[in-house]
Amino acid sequence: MRTLFYVLQKEFIQVRRDKVMLRMIIMLPIVQMLVLVYASTYDLKNVNIFLVDKDMSSTSRQLASKIDASPFFTINNTSFNPEEGENEILNNRDDMVLVIQKGFERDLMREDKAKLQLLVNAIDGQSAQIGYFYAASVIGDFNKHIIAEWKGLPDFKPPYQINTPSRFWYNSELEYKWYMAPGVLALLVTLIGLNLSSTSLVKEKEQGTIEQLNVTPIKKIQFLAGKLIPFVVIALFDLSFGLFLARMVFNLPIVGNLGLVFSFGVLYLIGILGLGLFVSTVANTQQQVMFVTFFFMMIFILMSGIFTPVESMPQWAQLIDQANPVYHFMRVLRMVILKGSHFEDLIHEFVALCILGITFLTLALKRYRKTA
Amino acid sequence: MISIQNISKSYKDVPAVRDISFEVQKGELFGLIGPDGAGKTTLMRILMTLLIQDEGKATMNKLDVVNDYKEIRKIVGYMPGRFSLYQDLTVEENLNFFATVFKTTVAENYELIKDIYIQIEPFKNRLAGKLSGGMKQKLALSCALIHKPEILVLDEPTTGVDAVSRKEFWDMLKKLQKQGITILVSTPYMDEAVLCNRVALMQKGKVLDINTPQKLIENYTRKLYAIRSKDMHQLIQDLRAWEKTDSAFAFGQYLHVTGKDDEVEATEFENYLLKKNHLELQVFDIPPTIEDVFMDRMAEQ
Repeated sequence: MRTLFYVLQKEFIQVRRDKVMLRMIIMLPIVQMLVLVYASTYDLKNVNIFLVDKDMSSTSRQLASKIDASPFFTINNTSFNPEEGENEILNNRDDMVLVIQKGFERDLMREDKAKLQLLVNAIDGQSAQIGYFYAASVIGDFNKHIIAEWKGLPDFKPPYQINTPSRFWYNSELEYKWYMAPGVLALLVTLIGLNLSSTSLVKEKEQGTIEQLNVTPIKKIQFLAGKLIPFVVIALFDLSFGLFLARMVFNLPIVGNLGLVFSFGVLYLIGILGLGLFVSTVANTQQQVMFVTFFFMMIFILMSGIFTPVESMPQWAQLIDQANPVYHFMRVLRMVILKGSHFEDLIHEFVALCILGITFLTLALKRYRKTA
Repeated sequence: MISIQNISKSYKDVPAVRDISFEVQKGELFGLIGPDGAGKTTLMRILMTLLIQDEGKATMNKLDVVNDYKEIRKIVGYMPGRFSLYQDLTVEENLNFFATVFKTTVAENYELIKDIYIQIEPFKNRLAGKLSGGMKQKLALSCALIHKPEILVLDEPTTGVDAVSRKEFWDMLKKLQKQGITILVSTPYMDEAVLCNRVALMQKGKVLDINTPQKLIENYTRKLYAIRSKDMHQLIQDLRAWEKTDSAFAFGQYLHVTGKDDEVEATEFENYLLKKNHLELQVFDIPPTIEDVFMDRMAEQ
């Protein structure tokens, strides 16, 4: 016990002396929570529209002002030449070109129908679709109104209509930040845990201190515990710090049990740190370690479902994701924090994290031998 | 105390240590002397249970280096060739840490390290990485001694240390030896060989000879000359080109030269070199040093 205490003390002193590491531990949660959460929003705002109004009628002007009034769209430029609009899209200054042909009002009045042209920059397929959908619904709405106006009916309603009033559960205001925050928290914990644990063991190799330690009667388990426990503590500190920031800055509702969040945090970290230790038993320099952990981080994060829902990935990818600890932990965080899920709802994640944790730790223990 | 029998070790296909056998007595200060790549570190790492030999058997205080490695680690102190303490811990923290890992305290064995530690104590709050080379060496020795080992293994402890610190270091080793600690030390410096009780001359993984330094020198019966002239570079080339020269090595300001079958007289060297127009020529007999012995043995191989 006394040995373990000294080993832990030594690790903490080393972290404290490492100014760069210390700054990272403090700065990482702040930057990630404040920058990443705000920046990576999928809320569609500020779609810039290039308007080509060749009709110049009162109806076309009404349509234009209706679109401009919507919070999603801004009419950025107008011209009579659609080619200019295409150039604007090529230059990435505008996202959409709306072309109103000459005779729009006349066709609408005489033939009861008229055509509009909508050119959408679809480099980013998802936001193009959302933008198109929004624009179409604004135009559809406008359509209903002019019919009502011309027919002289107070509030025209088509005879048959299915109405789907919707209510969004768990995040009723569709606040994207609330969805992102638990995801970014999971990233934060992963980044800190994986980097700290993997570099600390390999540092002992690089400095040769492992050679000196290996000839002492220190037990394997004491040594590895000395590498695990401090980083679990630090990563949990960052988790709580990040949660605190999310609560204070964007009022993240924490519906579920915080104890559950932290218990899963410990379980998750044991696995992640086990992976970090495993990587550092295989590698010999900090560079190699950084390279390998970066490789794992990229795959883990991009497949974790932070940006794209895992449910829409191909079946094989979803299967692979079962071995992705970040995916499970992110689910746990989102479910507990946003929905208030209980442990019974998280059995699957619990089992998966246990299996992954035991696997990584066993690998690390097996690979770390005291004799070369 | 240390017994090595037919130890061999190869890294892939490159043999590092080839069939080495020798014994070190209790309380002996035993030196492994040899150039870089002679296999000194490999042999020490095998003894320190950090490496497993391919063949042979070695014991430390009757404990087998493979089977009883756990016991061995309790009774030996090791100082690797590279400074291997925590550079980001202070002198005191390092010492306390290693004391605890060995399940002891600094106070308990302070008597043993007192002489050494007292010299670095004024810097006990300084980070180990910020110490000078000589002080690092003293700290490393203190840490290796903190658990009162019966055997001390030191891998090139004086490499990269200034001459004064080197001398101090050897004085410390002598003192430790008096306290009954068996010491195995390696060094590439020939002048340190004479400070050992016995030395093993090593080259290319083999032991060339084992004896006391005095005996090694006594056994050297060849005629040795010291030669010097104004142009030393030309001198060594001319000597090596001559068919009657056996060996010529630079030793400080002089060349140490032997003749073929030791039948070449000083005057013959002189005449030959005068013919080659060497100025300020000096040729005289010189008693051999341990280095001459080693050079001679290496040339035999």
